[in-house]
Amino acid sequence: MKTRNNKAWFLVLPVILVVAFTALLPLMTVANYAIQDVFNPQSRIFVGMKWFYQITNDQLIISAFKRSFQFSIQALLIQIPLGIAIARIMPKSGWRASAALVAVSVPLIIPWNVIGSTWLIFSRSDIGLGGFLLNKLFNFDFTSDPKDGWGLILTVDVWHWTPLVVLLVYAGLRSIPQAYYQAAAIDGASSFAIFRYVELPKLRRVLLIAVLLRFMDSFMIYTEPFVITGGGPGDATTFASILLTNIAVGQFDVGRAGAYSLIFFIVIQIMSFLFYTVLTLQDREEVTKTK
Amino acid sequence: MKKSEDLIKGAFSPQKKKASLPWSGLVFWLVIALWMVPVAWLILMSVRPSVDILSGFEIIPHRFTFDGYRDFILKEMWYKAYLNSLTYSTLNTIFSVTLALPAAYAFSRFSFAGDKHLFFWLLTNRMAPAAVFLLPFYNMYNAVGLFDKTLGVAIAHMLFNVPLAVWILEGFISGIPRQVDETAAIDGYSLPKFFVKIFLPMIRSGIGVTAFFCFMFSWVELLIARTITSTDAKPISAAMTRTVSSSGTDWTLLSTAGVMTIIPGVLAIWFVRKYIAKGFALGRV
Repeated sequence: MKTRNNKAWFLVLPVILVVAFTALLPLMTVANYAIQDVFNPQSRIFVGMKWFYQITNDQLIISAFKRSFQFSIQALLIQIPLGIAIARIMPKSGWRASAALVAVSVPLIIPWNVIGSTWLIFSRSDIGLGGFLLNKLFNFDFTSDPKDGWGLILTVDVWHWTPLVVLLVYAGLRSIPQAYYQAAAIDGASSFAIFRYVELPKLRRVLLIAVLLRFMDSFMIYTEPFVITGGGPGDATTFASILLTNIAVGQFDVGRAGAYSLIFFIVIQIMSFLFYTVLTLQDREEVTKTK
Repeated sequence: MKKSEDLIKGAFSPQKKKASLPWSGLVFWLVIALWMVPVAWLILMSVRPSVDILSGFEIIPHRFTFDGYRDFILKEMWYKAYLNSLTYSTLNTIFSVTLALPAAYAFSRFSFAGDKHLFFWLLTNRMAPAAVFLLPFYNMYNAVGLFDKTLGVAIAHMLFNVPLAVWILEGFISGIPRQVDETAAIDGYSLPKFFVKIFLPMIRSGIGVTAFFCFMFSWVELLIARTITSTDAKPISAAMTRTVSSSGTDWTLLSTAGVMTIIPGVLAIWFVRKYIAKGFALGRV
């Protein structure tokens, strides 16, 4: 049992102060913008909920959110199974395991805009290996065909983030005691049965975390589409973050961006809360079981 | 009899291969090879003259150049931006880990008023969309004189790195039995002394993994870093968005810069490769 000690607050205080400065204060500023119409620093008027009404009826914004949501779901559907499949065939010991870990992690340590540039260079039909070949095969051109643009950004997200799923699942697999596999071997379980009844239940927690992180980060994707398609062709890859950045930094429309930010933030918070609740509920179930 | 011996032997040799098919290793490396194709293409582009890249498509180039790398190292715009990024990522790592350590300890060992809510609130900041913070960051950092300073970027990135550091460290600290703390207390160690002398060495690997992730997430971030800097503290990622000039994009230099930004990450991951699986095993990334 943890010791009850309210003095522990002092240990947490520095973190709270920093997060207050980097997160809370900006959010309050955003909230402040959201209820005003700012012409310049000297003249601003209180407009109440005007921006919120406008945004919740703005077709551009609603479709950007829908797009982000759709994108996250598709990304999850590909990345989670693919991540599990790769993790299962990863070398498990010796220098090969180390080399595999480093190789798998490479996409994760590349700056996001460089990932964009890498894929831009790779996918352009004039200079890129992938783009050139696909263009010959079926006229692939992500700069003009919305489907190709969407497919490319999805591919990039899969390329970029499946390794995270692989690493999480790999670590989860490693923590399964050998005895489970032996028991399964004695029972003559097939490879699929081992996966379904031994590995999958043990991976539940890790997978939940993977789903949470992947869903959230795909939902907030910005840099890759910004570099590769710039939100196009048309608005095929204008995701929620891209549109927000355009309004905030591009048009400097402070009030509208403020209200948009708050709504965006709240949507994300609600989703995190749902995931977090499921996660902690499961922990509690496990604790009661072991008791 | 023979069979049960085999089983016992199997029980004590953890490296024993079973269930995995003989070709799975090969498939894995094929997948990795496929995964690396875009990066290989980037590396190939970085050693080709810009003129050649645009003049015609070729898989095996007929001539090479290292002009891109020479420019990168010699031109102030590039190496300075590179150093800027290294500086704020390193500063951010030091700040985040130092601040997170006592907090993670508190969350792991004590229960106090509002601890669960606080922990959740911290975590939600890891999920906060960077785009939301652009406007206020731009105005705030201007107001307090942190605009266009590497220190400013280091502080701004604590937005997502401090919660992350607390989360990972809390996992590692909870892996150490509470009895260690109690024994030290009986031996007459004060909390700060115990923490520095005994506890920190025990969670070395956890600190290594945390530092790695802080560095990495600060290094790969573009949106915030670009927004609160202009010239002096411009990060490498922002410098790269300016390879487009009136004469078109300098693909060689863009590729070179790309390759250069991959290097610190590869080095970092090589150093922590032994601990990284452990960090992931805690499910805390």
